[in-house]
Amino acid sequence: MQRRPEKPMKTLKSCKVLGPVATIFDSANTGSWRIERPVVKFEDCIKCGTCARYCPANIIDIFKDERECVVIDYYYCKGCGICANECPVGCIEMVDERSARKNDLQNA
Amino acid sequence: MYKINAESKGLVSHGVSACAGCALELIFRNVLDVLGEDTIIVIPPGCSALFSGYGKETAVKIPGAQMTLEATAACCTGIKRGLLAQGNTHTTVLGFAGDGGTVDIGLQSLSGMMERMEKVIYVCYDNEAYMNTGIQGSSSTPLGASTTTTPAGKPTKRKDLVGIAAAHDIPYAATASVAYLTDLRKKVKKAKETDGPSLLHIHAPCPTGWRYDPAKTIEIARAAVETGCWILCEFENGKWVINKPLKELKPVGAYLKAQGRFNNLKEHDIAQLQIQVRDHYARFIEKAKLN
Ligand SMILES: Cc1ncc(C[n+]2csc(CCOP(=O)(O)OP(=O)(O)O)c2C)c(N)n1
Ligand code: SF4
Ligand code: SF4
Ligand code: SF4
Ligand SMILES: [Mg+2]
Repeated sequence: MQRRPEKPMKTLKSCKVLGPVATIFDSANTGSWRIERPVVKFEDCIKCGTCARYCPANIIDIFKDERECVVIDYYYCKGCGICANECPVGCIEMVDERSARKNDLQNA
Repeated sequence: MYKINAESKGLVSHGVSACAGCALELIFRNVLDVLGEDTIIVIPPGCSALFSGYGKETAVKIPGAQMTLEATAACCTGIKRGLLAQGNTHTTVLGFAGDGGTVDIGLQSLSGMMERMEKVIYVCYDNEAYMNTGIQGSSSTPLGASTTTTPAGKPTKRKDLVGIAAAHDIPYAATASVAYLTDLRKKVKKAKETDGPSLLHIHAPCPTGWRYDPAKTIEIARAAVETGCWILCEFENGKWVINKPLKELKPVGAYLKAQGRFNNLKEHDIAQLQIQVRDHYARFIEKAKLN
């Protein structure tokens, strides 16, 4: 059986906040989930922006005048592969994350 | 207002714990991007609650409230009326709920909100089951789809949410798809400009619940439209419009076979579903002609 509230609402002293209340805007390191990493072949890219439009995490930036014209934020990229699947010229390849990380370390 | 611990390009944080390849995440970002920061959001339990916060942290920069699964539309009403009482006519009030929280559990409060003609935007992202609690069937689960409560395939058809909204004669209701983002964003903008309740029913493929490779989310959403399994339409001031009417529907087989939830369908089941989808589409075209 449910117990009655200890005090009726009316007798409660001023209660301004109903919690919990979130006051911090934050992000999780979703890049740590990744099993495969999208890697762009910049030479083949036509800078159409399709990958950026469909990336669910909104973490792809296109820089039309740079050599590295598509920049992916790997801190957040979950490796879903949508960008690679939607790219009209197929210039994004999904590569094994572990080997990519090993390469990163060797090149660092 | 918020303490910002991580920067983001828009109003939504980049690292949100929706599954990889989640269509809901892309829908959420696009809807908020169009509506802008002068918006208050109401989110019920469900996968979209991933955005409204986890303890002290939140993933959106706008004010919002996490409400009960039954009461999204009622809470939106309360917030809107409160704003109006303060003389605030500019702030948009947005309800953002899943299919279970809309076509089943929240339907009566949504019906009340539409009947009272409250100026609220109600978005139902439809992943076609109760995903956040482990893929139970909802009344938006399509015929034949397997869920944990319909393991042999759902024996009945889905509810027609935009039809329900149209029966309330609200000024604007529409369906949209995550594969057609320009169309989706145009519809969000229309909803914002509507003087009265507006409802958007957005198809949201879910790799986890539908059992397909996360990379295929957009491909599957597009296939749903091209096969006639998801019809892009609008109901505006009493008139039906079909967006991108299809001369020919693609066969449903490839769409169904790409998803594990339809694994137990036999060829004759698929043939029957094909007839059902064709009939439904044809009836819809007729309905639009009757305007
Ligand atoms: C009245 C009520 N019943 C059940 C629940 C448990 N519950 C929490 S989230 C959820 C799933 C909601 O499904 P849907 O609205 O389709 O959103 P999705 O998780 O699929 O994004 C359920 C059943 C609840 N919170 N309230
Ligand atoms: S979709 Fe492909 S071609 Fe288009 S910008 Fe992205 S990587 Fe380049
Ligand atoms: S793999 Fe997915 S999350 Fe990563 S950049 Fe591509 S679309 Fe975005
Ligand atoms: S279960 Fe489906 S809808 Fe929920 S977060 Fe995962 S992919 Fe998105
Ligand atoms: Mg759902």
